[in-house]
Amino acid sequence: MSNTTVLTSPAVPHPAPHTARSRTTRLVTDSVTMTRRGLLYWSRNPGPLVVALLFPVMMLVMFAYFLGGGMAVAGGGDYIEFLVPGMLALTMAFGLENTMIAVTQDVNRGVLDRFRSMPIAPSAILVGRSVIDMLHSVVGLLIMIGAGLLIGWRWHGPLAAALAAVGLLLLLRFAMLWVGIYLGLVVGKPEMVQAVQILVWPVAFLSSVFVSPTTMPAWMGTIAEWNPMSATAGAVRELFENPSWAASSWVTDNAVGVAALWPLALLVIFVPLAIRRFSALSR
Amino acid sequence: MRSSDDADAITIEGLGKTYGKKEALAVVDLAIPRGTVHAVLGPNGAGKTTLVRILSTLLRPTRGQARVAGFDVVRQADDVRYRIGLLGQHAAVDEELSGRQNLDLFGRLYHLGARGAAQRANELLEQFGLADTGTKAIKKYSGGMRRRLDLAASLIMAPEILFLDEPTTGLDPRGRTDVWDSVRSLIGGGTTVLLTTQYLEEADQLADRVSVVDHGRIIADGTVDELKSSLGGDRVDVTVHEAGQLDTTADVVARAAAGPVTTDPDRRMASAPVQDRMAALSKIIRELNDAGIQAEDIALRRPTLDEVFLHLTGSEHHENNEREVTA
Ligand SMILES: Nc1ncnc2c1ncn2[C@@H]1O[C@H](COP(=O)(O)OP(=O)(O)OP(=O)(O)O)[C@@H](O)[C@H]1O
Ligand SMILES: [Mg+2]
Repeated sequence: MSNTTVLTSPAVPHPAPHTARSRTTRLVTDSVTMTRRGLLYWSRNPGPLVVALLFPVMMLVMFAYFLGGGMAVAGGGDYIEFLVPGMLALTMAFGLENTMIAVTQDVNRGVLDRFRSMPIAPSAILVGRSVIDMLHSVVGLLIMIGAGLLIGWRWHGPLAAALAAVGLLLLLRFAMLWVGIYLGLVVGKPEMVQAVQILVWPVAFLSSVFVSPTTMPAWMGTIAEWNPMSATAGAVRELFENPSWAASSWVTDNAVGVAALWPLALLVIFVPLAIRRFSALSR
Repeated sequence: MRSSDDADAITIEGLGKTYGKKEALAVVDLAIPRGTVHAVLGPNGAGKTTLVRILSTLLRPTRGQARVAGFDVVRQADDVRYRIGLLGQHAAVDEELSGRQNLDLFGRLYHLGARGAAQRANELLEQFGLADTGTKAIKKYSGGMRRRLDLAASLIMAPEILFLDEPTTGLDPRGRTDVWDSVRSLIGGGTTVLLTTQYLEEADQLADRVSVVDHGRIIADGTVDELKSSLGGDRVDVTVHEAGQLDTTADVVARAAAGPVTTDPDRRMASAPVQDRMAALSKIIRELNDAGIQAEDIALRRPTLDEVFLHLTGSEHHENNEREVTA
């Protein structure tokens, strides 16, 4: 080992006076680097990525063919046409788990200490996480739309409406991302994630993803109707002009608005919470 | 911008940290001159890591203040961060990525740009003998390699001030000497180093001054020599074959010793502190020969951390850190 010239190397950089860089420039540069790190993780270990992308496809196929035969859409219409928009919303919402797992892993990695001892914009670590997870979800959404088309689902409305539907789906994912970052920071340990993974299932079924809330006991139906996942599923069904559940209520009449407001409300709550929790790592 | 005394790389005043009710750091006052190596020596739970984490901006102090390179660690954290390197107690690298990918990412995060970061990564891999590790993920490195890469990562900015938290704990003797060599070359380059250790020998090898900490307080402070002479320096242990010879042996040892001789009949051993190691040793060997006594073993050793603590606090401390130089 020849380590006698560690400090005399001519190329030794000199501390860039960071005051020369605006906070925004730093945030952007550092977020790009953190995103790069996420891409390196994918390229070194693509297995979990592929599994996470294919799991929703498996669920879609299971629900469409194993259970779909016994399902009737409350308002009439094809169950697959009803199911696919719901599954798209579910996939976006379940992205929460991926984010949570990634965050708990990151906070338990020693490298976080090094990042925090460097002159980087602290929120770049979270922004990098959200860019990577959004990329993951865009790919996941395209795969699910492809799978839906393969099993016979179609959208019937104009392209602009379909794109708006995709936008609402990604908005839901973005909100769930920050909920996931916050929960990941709160639970801290990867072992604790399992508890949350189990809890997402009742939340998923207490929605209009698989069945119409009108088929549930009244109080459950109301909760299901107000579930953010249902809001997005309903709005997406409307925009794709797919069959929806029949009963008319305030939520179903304002589906698109509710689907836009729910994620925004979650973001307003969870972005500051997540950032606060993240800076509390130095306490 | 630098308001504190420019001669000091680190100044610490009344620094303390309390976790809930647990006082990890009570009150610490310390000034470390530029270009020197300061060792913080203490047992498990003494507060070493807490001190390093506060100084490297990872942790906010509960009270008091600290300036590193002239900047306040809380209010001017970024100024501090551009000027320090940190080798934490546990590896702070991305285990999933290769050594090169790690250094490259860190270089970018120090805003060296893509080219600058790649170039710096190359240099450091070269200098630390890690250039041929290819694309192997760090989780497949040996402990020594990992520590070297970690050290390389903390040197990306050729920092003015380097923090090393137990840099050689868990390394084999070879890995330990490697790290010591790297640190010595840094010292030659004028870097100020604050290192924590549980080994008196490590402080002895590397540091100009030592602070002994226990229960979150500095209980002794001085040069290594001062500390050692306050303990009576090195110790010699002479073991003989026959218990009957122990009294004569003790007399021989006493004539070369710098302090009281203790004898242990069970182990047939006489021991005492000595001032000039080699002179004392040859004197003992000569006089034992003259007296016709055959020694089973003669050992010179540094005072152990146990003895430092025994001396400073009067309480035994559990870690055993004995190293023998058999003559
Ligand atoms: N996050 C924490 N919450 C509560 N107590 C803590 C925390 N971190 C450290 N402590 C306590 O503070 C004290 C000092 O810990 P510290 O890690 O600084 O010791 P250390 O000298 O580095 O020990 P070691 O040699 O084991 O690394 C210990 O009693 C430890 O249990
Ligand atoms: Mg420690």
